[in-house]
Amino acid sequence: MGKDNSLLDLFRINAESVSAKVSRISTISDAFDYTTALASKNKATENIIAAPGFTDSQLDELRHKIPKASIIQTGLSSYSKGIRLSITHAEFGIAETGTLVINSREVDKRLATMIPDVHVAVLSESDIVETADDLIPELSKILSESTGYLAFVTGASRTADIERVLVVGVHGPLELHILIQKDV
Amino acid sequence: MSKQKNNLKNEIKASLENKFLRQSMDNFAVAYREGQKKTFSGIDKEALVNDISSIKGASISAVTDLYNTFKANARKKGVKVHYAGTADDANRIIAGIAREKGCKIIVKSKSMTSEETHLNTFLGNNGLEVTETDLGEWIIQLRREGPSHMVMPAIHLSRYQVADLFGDVTQKSFDPENIEKLVKVARKELKEKFFQADMGITGANFLLADTGTAGIVTNEGNARLTSTLPDTHVILTGIDKILPGLKQALAILKVLPKNATGQAITSYVTWITGQGESSGSKKDKKDIHIVILDNGRSKVASDPIFSEALKCVRCGACANVCPVYRMVGGHTMGHVYIGAIGLILTFLFHGKKNAKKLIGNCIGCGACKDICAASIDLPEVIRHTSRKLSKEEDTPISGKFLSYILKDRKTFHKLLKLAKFAQKPFSGSNGFLRHLPLMFTPEHNFKSLPAIAKKPFREIWKQEQYTLENPKLNIAIFAGCLQDFVYPEHLLSFLKVLKENNIQAYFPFEQSCCGLPLRMTDNMDAAQKVAQDNVAAFGDREYDSIVTLCASCTLHLKDGYINICEGSGNMDSQKVKAFAGRITSSSVFINEYVKIKKTHNNESITFHTPCHLKGLEKGLACAKHILKSTGADIIIADEENTCCGFGGSYSTKHPEISATILDRKIEDFVKTGADIIATECPGCLLQLRGGIDKKNLNMKVRHISELLE
Repeated sequence: MGKDNSLLDLFRINAESVSAKVSRISTISDAFDYTTALASKNKATENIIAAPGFTDSQLDELRHKIPKASIIQTGLSSYSKGIRLSITHAEFGIAETGTLVINSREVDKRLATMIPDVHVAVLSESDIVETADDLIPELSKILSESTGYLAFVTGASRTADIERVLVVGVHGPLELHILIQKDV
Repeated sequence: MSKQKNNLKNEIKASLENKFLRQSMDNFAVAYREGQKKTFSGIDKEALVNDISSIKGASISAVTDLYNTFKANARKKGVKVHYAGTADDANRIIAGIAREKGCKIIVKSKSMTSEETHLNTFLGNNGLEVTETDLGEWIIQLRREGPSHMVMPAIHLSRYQVADLFGDVTQKSFDPENIEKLVKVARKELKEKFFQADMGITGANFLLADTGTAGIVTNEGNARLTSTLPDTHVILTGIDKILPGLKQALAILKVLPKNATGQAITSYVTWITGQGESSGSKKDKKDIHIVILDNGRSKVASDPIFSEALKCVRCGACANVCPVYRMVGGHTMGHVYIGAIGLILTFLFHGKKNAKKLIGNCIGCGACKDICAASIDLPEVIRHTSRKLSKEEDTPISGKFLSYILKDRKTFHKLLKLAKFAQKPFSGSNGFLRHLPLMFTPEHNFKSLPAIAKKPFREIWKQEQYTLENPKLNIAIFAGCLQDFVYPEHLLSFLKVLKENNIQAYFPFEQSCCGLPLRMTDNMDAAQKVAQDNVAAFGDREYDSIVTLCASCTLHLKDGYINICEGSGNMDSQKVKAFAGRITSSSVFINEYVKIKKTHNNESITFHTPCHLKGLEKGLACAKHILKSTGADIIIADEENTCCGFGGSYSTKHPEISATILDRKIEDFVKTGADIIATECPGCLLQLRGGIDKKNLNMKVRHISELLE
């Protein structure tokens, strides 16, 4: 367990150093509670929330928690004004850089990580590895499929193009929240 | 002077006078240096860089095979792969795709390759609306400018200029101090474009042959939207970006963002494989095209020297550390591609005319070589480029004259002695002096010469030579022109210490200039002749060491001679190797064989690293150790390792840049408050002393050998 904890700490430290917010959760219900709180904080409880990749029963739970929001899973490309909040799964975590690896072959999952102001990603503790090299077999398998859109996401979208002043949220999310789910 | 040269002079002057640019370039140089160092702390960068060098080297050698494999694998997955022989071909292919698919509105993310082909102009002329979506690129597109940095294209602009620009675009007014708000303007204005566009154009940092995947490294996230929202996605990238697979790309990724911006990794790295889903209701509508630009690359791939340039991963670090870039910015120190690599790529991709304009910018300090993510010997490839460019014309008269005098030691030394009488009395107020052998170039005005010593070392030696009965070592001194004829006192201090330490010194009389100025000005025949003569001059006995007090001479005698010898059929390589093997820099020698006295107990010393000392193993550490051993308080200057702006003939070719680099350097030394600036190169010493003298400052500039007594 000691080694896992140090990996987890490394992931957290590196992700937080690029402005991601990292929390630990036990169940998916915790993730939905977190999202609910975030929606209230951002005054987005009556807005659109994207949640592609969750099961019907999970969606029901989320809808129950934020009843006035419109929870969607598809058709994200019709929201050209943007979306306030999204929640998705992340497939892997790379501790060395605090990076999420998100397999987003489906356009809706992809857009859910791109167009919202706030993105919440759920990552299983056991899917965290130390370096990108440790994932070469898994990633190679994904890349060898007939189509794919694999993303390494590290912190929020950022730019330093005006006088090298770092500003987050130029095109992608302004905030990235990572929820690390404990292994059962 | 030609019109082109005049234009360049004016550009340089304007850049140096642009106060904002100067300050922002300077802030950037300092911040970059610290950030880069921090991200690499605890990491064996050299090993990673060597890895990249061999990965890129192998990929470039196999470029045709990799291209065929990539094409086959990408096609299997529904991607259309196009080969573009020239920049024009690439532009036409992309315009053709737009026409065929009926695309009108195009969003683009950052691609240096598209800058190379001037794609936007071409598409615009074909009635297509192209919007750059990278913030910096959008800003310069609105201003109708080219990038001034490969990673930060709008680094030359201030927040005020951006606020005004955005005000014009949106008809609103913005507070320039609120940069976050300015960024939001781009977010809002551009978001709509992404959804309207029917074509997205991105670059790619990697193409993976085994899976037909394109890898894109970005921070803003615009490349992800560009590649996702429009139904047609075009990737434009160079054929040099093809790698065998993911493993090699990940190796490059370990260095690229750290070297580019000091980030461990960028916010996004995206790997796109196959045709993929469309974002619209018809999911199978997505159309992906990869346009692979050759533009001379595959021909260059088989050139033993220029192929090195194809190892470049476009991190931009060579500009970030370049002392000339720091002073003039990317619009002067670059055409489309910027920095050291830009000088080479301009020659390869944008013609001789543009390259000629730029090539003289390089001061040859080698800072780019040390930082390069792919271990490219940039100064050497730049010299090669310069040779190629000058071969087109006759050797300039100055070069011919230089090689004529230097080829014959006696003529050279006779002229030096004459110069002693020709010079006006040395007033001590003239700041900018020239490297000795180059003072014989016709452009040189003899009046501004440094004082040639009353007696050169070779004459003083006749009185000062000594014979020890039972010396612990027998060494020879290689004096070098500047110390032989201008600063013999460095050698005299050294002699004194040698005697005290029971070391027998010899001074072979037939030695001449080391020949570095000949190599730097591409007079290779003369450089060989001088090298041969010097090797022969020291061939009379087996010295334990041949010691030189000049960092530039040391580097040239040690490494340069071996290179020269390899390229020549008529030099005895055994003899040259034996000679080069004995060459020792003064600090390495002193550190090992001389007992250093506490001569500077109550003083403080700061150090200037000569660029040519950086290439010498141990040299730097030894110099520092000597300084400490004198008992002085050592104060490290922030810009310790930055070039002083001398660069041999450079200071005569670009006096304005040289002077500005020197000003910044002196400002930094003054900040240390040290009593003495110590260095180990008479060229740097000449430059620094000239500057300190001109400003009437109270600091002393000393050669390390002068600190021993």
